[in-house]
Amino acid sequence: MKLPGLLRTRPSREAPLGREAFNLLSLTLLAVLLAHMGHLPWWLTALSAATLAARWWQRTYRGGRVPFWLKLPLLAALPAALLGYYGTIFGRGPGSALAVGLLMLKLMESERPRDARMGVAFACFVLMSALLFNQGLLATALVALALVPALATLNAVLPTPQRPAWRASAWSVLRIVALSLPLALVAFLFVPRLSSPLWGAPNADKATTGISDSMSPGNFTDLLIDDSPAFRVTFQGAPPPPQQRYFRGPVMSYFDGRTWHARPLRALLGDRRTPEPLQAQGPTLSYNVTLEATHQHWLFALDVPQSAPAGARLTHARSLLRRQRIDQSTHYVARSATDYRLAPQASAAERRRNLELPAGFDPEARALAAQWRQRYGANAPAIARAALDLFHDHGFRYNLAAPPLGRDSVDDFLFDTREGFCEHYASAFTFLMRAAGIPARVVTGYQGGFWNTMGQYLLVRQSDAHAWSEVWIDGRGWVRYDPTAAVRPDRVTLGAGAAAGDQAPWYQRGWLQHLRNRWDIVNQWWGQAVIGFDSLRQRGLLTPFGVSRADTGTLAAVLAALTCLLLAAGLAFTLWRRPRVDRLRQAMAKLERKLARAGVARRLGEGPHHYLSRAARALPQSRVHLKALETTYLQLRYAQDNPSVSAIHAFSRQVGNFRPRGVVK
Amino acid sequence: MSTAARASGRLRQLAERRLPALTRYRQPEALPITLHRRRIYIVPTAYGIGFAAILAVMLVGALNYTNNAALLLTCLLGGTAVNSMLVTFRVLDGVHLDAIDVDPVTAGDDARLRLHLGAAQRGRYALRIDGIEAVEPIDTALPADTAHVVALDLATTQRGWQAMPRLRVSSRWPFGLFRAWSWLHPTQRFLVWPMPEAYGPAPHGHGDADNRSPPESGDEFAALRDYRVGDPRKHIAWKASARHHDLLVRDMEQPRALPGWTLDWHTLHGMEREQRIARLARWVHQAHREGRGWSLRLPDTQMPFDNGAAHFRRCMNALAELP
Repeated sequence: MKLPGLLRTRPSREAPLGREAFNLLSLTLLAVLLAHMGHLPWWLTALSAATLAARWWQRTYRGGRVPFWLKLPLLAALPAALLGYYGTIFGRGPGSALAVGLLMLKLMESERPRDARMGVAFACFVLMSALLFNQGLLATALVALALVPALATLNAVLPTPQRPAWRASAWSVLRIVALSLPLALVAFLFVPRLSSPLWGAPNADKATTGISDSMSPGNFTDLLIDDSPAFRVTFQGAPPPPQQRYFRGPVMSYFDGRTWHARPLRALLGDRRTPEPLQAQGPTLSYNVTLEATHQHWLFALDVPQSAPAGARLTHARSLLRRQRIDQSTHYVARSATDYRLAPQASAAERRRNLELPAGFDPEARALAAQWRQRYGANAPAIARAALDLFHDHGFRYNLAAPPLGRDSVDDFLFDTREGFCEHYASAFTFLMRAAGIPARVVTGYQGGFWNTMGQYLLVRQSDAHAWSEVWIDGRGWVRYDPTAAVRPDRVTLGAGAAAGDQAPWYQRGWLQHLRNRWDIVNQWWGQAVIGFDSLRQRGLLTPFGVSRADTGTLAAVLAALTCLLLAAGLAFTLWRRPRVDRLRQAMAKLERKLARAGVARRLGEGPHHYLSRAARALPQSRVHLKALETTYLQLRYAQDNPSVSAIHAFSRQVGNFRPRGVVK
Repeated sequence: MSTAARASGRLRQLAERRLPALTRYRQPEALPITLHRRRIYIVPTAYGIGFAAILAVMLVGALNYTNNAALLLTCLLGGTAVNSMLVTFRVLDGVHLDAIDVDPVTAGDDARLRLHLGAAQRGRYALRIDGIEAVEPIDTALPADTAHVVALDLATTQRGWQAMPRLRVSSRWPFGLFRAWSWLHPTQRFLVWPMPEAYGPAPHGHGDADNRSPPESGDEFAALRDYRVGDPRKHIAWKASARHHDLLVRDMEQPRALPGWTLDWHTLHGMEREQRIARLARWVHQAHREGRGWSLRLPDTQMPFDNGAAHFRRCMNALAELP
C-alpha cells in the first residue's frame, strides 16, 4: 500500500526509543490524565486511559508500530467527538480535552527519542493547562510531581551506555528542580502581571457558585452539602460570638408566590439612593475577608456592614456589591456593626414595598396572619413572636431533604409538610409577617463558620449558606429574625453540620470534618500566599524598600536584577573547583589528634611508620590496634596508586573506633 | 553533505582563520588535558529552543488567565531549564584526558585509539565523542574516581607518523536542552606501518627453488591429507580414513630452520620509493610469519640479523619512518 507523503514516517538514524524511556513517557501521560480527570468528559477519560494502557501493553509485549489505519481514524474522531460534546473545540474546556486526547495519540506513534521529546514538551504544556481548572494545593502538587517523570524521560532518551538507576535518576531530577526553586520564586513574585487579559474572557464558561440573587424553598439543597470554602475571615481583635456570625448577602424583597428576588443587578448598580441609615449601638468590628471566586457580584460582610470596601458599593439595603464579577479569589477589608439600628425611619414607600404579596397565593397562611393581626394589632414583635412559637411548638422539623411543595408553597409548608430548612422557614416567616401587615424581607448570606484556632481565622463554607428575615419595627428599624433558630437552635450556635445531624453526607461527619478543618489551614495559606497573589499585592511588594507602588518597569528591573544575581550565584557555585579531599589524609589527621590527646603528638617530619610505632610503644595497651592501623595505612598510602574507596572508608571507621588506652611513660 | 553543513564548515574555517583567539583550544596541546570553563562552550539545542517557546506560551497563558499556580509551575520549569544549563556545563567540567594509546596499525586498517578519560569526583553521563569525519560518534559514560578507556577506530590511509585527530567531547545531559562541548586536540602522534604489497617475488638471491623444495618428512604430526601414490603405508591414518571416502595420510613435517634473508633497500632497483617500501614490508612480514631470521638495510639505517616480534616491530617502524 502506498502511503501519502505526510503519513509516512521518515526513516530515522536515531535508535528506537528505549523501554525505560517509553515507560517514563507513559507514566508522564498517566499523570497528565490524572491531573485533567476532574473536568474531562468521562468517556474521554476512559478512552484515554484505555489507549494509554493498550499502547503500553502493545509496545512492551508485542513491539512494532501502530498501523496508520488505526491512528488516522482516531485522529479524525477526536475533534469530531469533542465538537459533538462541547459544540466547539475552542475555549478552555474543549481545548484542553483536545490536548489530552492528542497527547494520548502521540504516545501511539512514539517510537523514536524525537517523538518522546516532543511528547514531553507537549505534556508540560498540557499539565499546566490542568491548573486552569483547579489551582488548589493538591492539584498543583500533583502537577509539579508529574514534572519528575517528564524530565526523567528527557534524560532517558539521551544516549549513554550507563545511566543512573531509576531512583538515583529521580533524585537527580528532583534535585535540579529543587535547586531551581529560588529562581522560580523570584520569577513568580516579580513577573509583571497583565493589566488586562490578552484574549478571551477568562472564566466565562464557569458556572456561578454560592448564593445567587434569588431564593426559593429547596434551591439551597446543593449548596448545603457543598463543603468547599466560600470565604475566610480574619478579625482584628476577637471574633464575634457564633450567634452574631451572620454574613449579609443579597437582600430579597420581591416575592412572586414561590421565589424571592433581589432587585436586578443592573437596577442595583444604577441605584442612586444612599444606603439605609445605620446607627451602631455598640463597638464595631473590622475584619479581612478572602472571598473565593463566585463568578457573581456579591460580597459578603458581617451583618450589618458600615461602609463599602474599596471597589465595591453598598446597596440601599446594605448588601455589598461589586461592579466587576468576582472571577478570582478576592481580598477585602470591611467594617460592621453587630449591634445596630438600621433605618428606624423607613419611608412609607419602602415599607409598602416590603408588604407586597402576590394575589391569589396561600390563602390559609393569609388567614392565619390576619388572625394574628386581629389579636396583636400593630405590635410587630408580638406577631413575630407568634410566628416563631408556631415553628417551635407545632411539630416543625429541620430537614435537608424536605418534601417538594405545591403551588401554594407557604400553605403547603405551614400546614402540610412542616419540614424544611432555612429557606423554607425564612420564606414562610417573611410571608406571614407581610400578610400580617408588618414590613419584612428575606436576607440571604452565610451563618456560622469554623473558627480555626491554629490559623486564627473563620472558615465559612458553602454549606454555611443561610437565609433569615428582617422585620421592620417602628422605632427600631430592621431587626433580624432567624426562624430556623426557633426550630433548630443548633443551626445558629453549632453550625449547619450539627443541624443536619444524620442527614449530613459522609464527608461532613465528626472526625473527618475535624481533619478537613485542620487541613483547611494549609489551603488557606496556599490560597493567600499563591493563588491570591494578585497584581495589587505585587505592586505593594516593594513597599518595605521605599517603593510604594511598583509599576511594570520597576518590577521588570527588579526581576532582571534578582535573576542575574541568582544566576551569578549559581554560576559561581558551578565554576568553583572544589579542592580534592584526601579522605585517607583526613582519617590519619583524626588519628593524630586522638593520639595527641593521649600524649603522643606527631613530630615535625616524622614518618607514619616511625610515629605509629612510637605510639604503640608509648601506649602498650593499644599496641595491637595501632599496629593494625599502621599496616593498613601504609598499605593504602604507599602500596597502590588508587586505593579503593571502600578500603579508605574501612580505615576511617577503624580510626573512629580507636580509643587510646594505657599510660604514657 | 548538505548545503547547510558545507556552509557551516566554511564558516568555521573562516572563524578559525580570522579569530585564532576564539579557537585557540583547537590547536594541538600536550596531554593530559583537563576540561575547564575557558574551553567549554555551551549553546541551547534545537529542542531547548523549542522548549523555551513552549515555556513562553505557558507563561502568556498563565498570565492571561491570572492563574498563579500555572505561573508558579511555568517559573519552576523555566528555572529548571536554566539550571540544567549549569548541570550540562558541569558534566564536562573537570573531565580529563590522560593518555591515548594505539596498537601498531598497518596503513589501510583502522587504528584503534584508546582514550584514557577520567571523571574526577563525580560520574558523567551521556558524553559523546565525535568531531572526526567518517567516524561514528561514540557515546560513553564515565564512572566517578576511576579511569575509563574509550576505544575509537580511526581509518588510516598512509604510512608514517600520524597526528591525532581533533576530537569533540560533548554532552546534552541532563534533559537535552543545552549542549556543551569542548575540543581536544592532543599533540600526540602515532605510527602507521606501511601496507605490504599484495604479491611479488621473493627476495633477490634466495631462489624460487629454495621455496619450492618439498617439506622433509619428520616425526612431528602436522596434518591429515589425501593419499598420494608413493606415501609410506605406515603413515596412513586408518581410523580417520574409515570415516572418509578416500584414504587419509598423516603428514609428518620436520620444522625446519629456514635460511635467513638479507633484505636490502639498495637491491631493489628501478622501483618507486613507496613500492620498494611495500615490497620490503611484505618480505619482513613473510619472514616473520615463516619464522625466518632477517636483516634489513635501509638508506640510512641498518637492522642487524635477528628474528622475533621485537625485531619485526623495529623493522616495521623503521620502514614506516622512512622519509
